[in-house]
Amino acid sequence: MEPKTYPLTMTINGRQVSVEIEADDLLVDVLRDRLGLIGTKVGCNEGECGACTVIMDGEAVLSCLIPALRASGSEITTIEGLSDGDTLHPLQQAFVEHGAVQCGYCIPGFIMSAKALLDANPQPSHEEIKEAIAGNLCRCTGYVKIIEAIEAVAGAD
Amino acid sequence: MWQTYETPVSIEEAIATLAQYDGRAQIIAGGTDLIVELQEGKHSVDCLVDVTRIPGLNRIEQEGDWIVMGANVTFRQLKDSPLLQQQARVLSEAAATVGALQIQTVATLAGNIVSALPAADGAVALVSLEAEVEVCDGGGRAWHPVDQLFLGPGKSAVDPHRQMITAIRVPAAGPGQGSAWERIGRRRALVLPILNCAVCVALDGDGRAFEWARIGLGPVAPVPFRARETEAFLASQPATEETFRQAAEIAAGEAKPRTSLLRASKEYRTEVLKVLVRQGLTRAVEQARAGR
Repeated sequence: MEPKTYPLTMTINGRQVSVEIEADDLLVDVLRDRLGLIGTKVGCNEGECGACTVIMDGEAVLSCLIPALRASGSEITTIEGLSDGDTLHPLQQAFVEHGAVQCGYCIPGFIMSAKALLDANPQPSHEEIKEAIAGNLCRCTGYVKIIEAIEAVAGAD
Repeated sequence: MWQTYETPVSIEEAIATLAQYDGRAQIIAGGTDLIVELQEGKHSVDCLVDVTRIPGLNRIEQEGDWIVMGANVTFRQLKDSPLLQQQARVLSEAAATVGALQIQTVATLAGNIVSALPAADGAVALVSLEAEVEVCDGGGRAWHPVDQLFLGPGKSAVDPHRQMITAIRVPAAGPGQGSAWERIGRRRALVLPILNCAVCVALDGDGRAFEWARIGLGPVAPVPFRARETEAFLASQPATEETFRQAAEIAAGEAKPRTSLLRASKEYRTEVLKVLVRQGLTRAVEQARAGR
């Protein structure tokens, strides 16, 4: 029997997108494998590392734990949606300037968590920044430069 | 992993869909436990019934002496709710320690009841509050004391293949009552607790002695644990540091933490448990005195 397919329509990075998917496709797999948005990473695939963080209807969520059909009708922002052509988003630029990136695998997730925070709270405290990225793990190094990069953008507003 | 995905817009429709699949469909809300279990192949279903589009299940409201929460209320909502921060602070504080922000945003308190893990922060807090849970199935709806729903590790009396939780209620704190949450883990986010501890207390008219105390602990037993011997000791004792110290010793005696290769030894957990009980009692009593 052919598996039943479902139409999925959502707005990704400001553009409406429609795909036919299967019931058990997860959001991260639709983003990466169907739509080619491979900036969103798969780390643990069980909700413990934050590498797959995207913004869904204004909130940072783990796309590895979201059934894609739940995203029907929602607005999704991925790391690909941040830069303006060749001009990096201020968060991306700050991560570069503060040396916050080593291997880089965790960084799209960190930046999406940071963006969700700053969108809701443009001038967060040090503690609020730490709480916002507590669900993102970096295994190369510590978190100090990442926090400094986010603070630089928050302070610039 | 599953072949069909239903998004009912009413409780009745959700229950009817479950019935139609006769045990091969399962409720999904936040899904932060369930998706991982299904990915690991621990069990399988034909259909997921997503209840997050059912309107009205996101409310947190006071109704008389109860705070009532709809089944889709997330840990993020619990953490941010001024009503809970005032009236059932232990639940709000516990919610803030679940996973991390991305998990708190989607995971539900009701999911903690169905997952029935002995360390689940929401479940341990609910046990200390003597919460009640409204369960709906083909026969209608009924309220149950939360501790009767935990049958064993991962085993809930609520069958998500045939039933759904529709609401959870906890008593609003009266004058002279307070509550507090304590937790220790290897990190402060994204880890299961080495131990957690929920304390609710009521003080007498002049705030000097306990009327009663309720203490929840996890993971020290197959289900979220009530330290009833400790509670019996505390009733009508003076609310002093010496009493807290004695209560901590009794709690360490009646709880049976086990060695976990991943998290901590039995010996360490037993020592830490005393500290958490003392701290929890101290903070809950402070709050009860402040709110007299």
